[in-house]
Amino acid sequence: MSNSSRCAACKSLRRKCPQDCVLAPYFPSNNPQRFSWVHKIFGASNIAKMLQQLPVELRGEAADCMAMEAYLRVENPVYGSVGIIYQYQQQIIEVQNEIIKINGEIAVYNALLQHQQLQQHQDSFFSTDNDFNL
Amino acid sequence: MRRRYNMASSSNSPCAACKFLRRKCQPECVFAPYFPPDQPQKFANVHKVFGASNVTKLLNELQPSQREDAVNSLAYEADMRLRDPVYGCVGVISFLQHRLRQLQMDLSCAKSELSKYQNLGITGHAGLIAAAAAAATATTTHNQHPNMGINLIGGGGGGGGGGGREHHFHHHQFFPREHQQQMIRSFDAGNNYDTGLLAMNVSASIGQLSQFQQPRAAAGDDRRTIDPS
Repeated sequence: MSNSSRCAACKSLRRKCPQDCVLAPYFPSNNPQRFSWVHKIFGASNIAKMLQQLPVELRGEAADCMAMEAYLRVENPVYGSVGIIYQYQQQIIEVQNEIIKINGEIAVYNALLQHQQLQQHQDSFFSTDNDFNL
Repeated sequence: MRRRYNMASSSNSPCAACKFLRRKCQPECVFAPYFPPDQPQKFANVHKVFGASNVTKLLNELQPSQREDAVNSLAYEADMRLRDPVYGCVGVISFLQHRLRQLQMDLSCAKSELSKYQNLGITGHAGLIAAAAAAATATTTHNQHPNMGINLIGGGGGGGGGGGREHHFHHHQFFPREHQQQMIRSFDAGNNYDTGLLAMNVSASIGQLSQFQQPRAAAGDDRRTIDPS
């Protein structure tokens, strides 16, 4: 097998790349960094094992997700993708709080409107020329 | 003979990692503080997904004060990957992105509805409105302090939307509560927590990750196709 036809995984691991290499479709030689992230965080044999346990049609998606997780862990060695999850949770809380606050303001406006309408109704009632002579 | 004190376990009992790896748990064992013997599944999951030597290498690159959070986040990631072998944590991220987008649309609708009321020119009660808004915010900030648990999404968000992955989240909390404040403080440190900036940071982190999508073999990616058998 010539060097140029080895996948990024086999190139990095300095081994022959067999025809049925499980990693080859997902770690092509033109993107060595993608494999280096995954290798650093998960390890080549873990990745291969995890992909092998999946049906072929799902392996691409899984490899993409693992590459993303590995990248996020390399960028943030303490929290990895969990740091992103936390950021999103924080944002969700903030937006929820803002919605609650605005709904509160709307509720007050509604109450004021109802009060005004009631007031107007009462005013119009008492302004008619009723005969209250007893 | 005096036994040396082991931080996470009694002097006699090996940590979960050494138990799993069937080796003697040394006093200076790097795993012992973070994998107590009463949580064997935690190490088993981490070992299955990341491998012991990778975890050792990762921990050795960190300050001791960072290692507990790192282990807990690795344990969470490993757990998610074992529950969802295709998407793992990325599934959670997608769900949260979707949820956030829904909420931002809800917020925009709420703002537009509010502006209709404001344009009606209801006057004379500005103080009452401000007080109601302050009370609403105070109540929600008290009840919804960030607890780092995924179950917040089901509870705080009304459990709506997001599709089929919600069932993963209801009872799952990926950090022990006693570490939440520590994590929040350490996460806050050095971060500008302005919402707009945060949104940009998160989008920047995720946006560039489209590079992780590899063209599939069907699209003529690589030199070979996999035998489906």
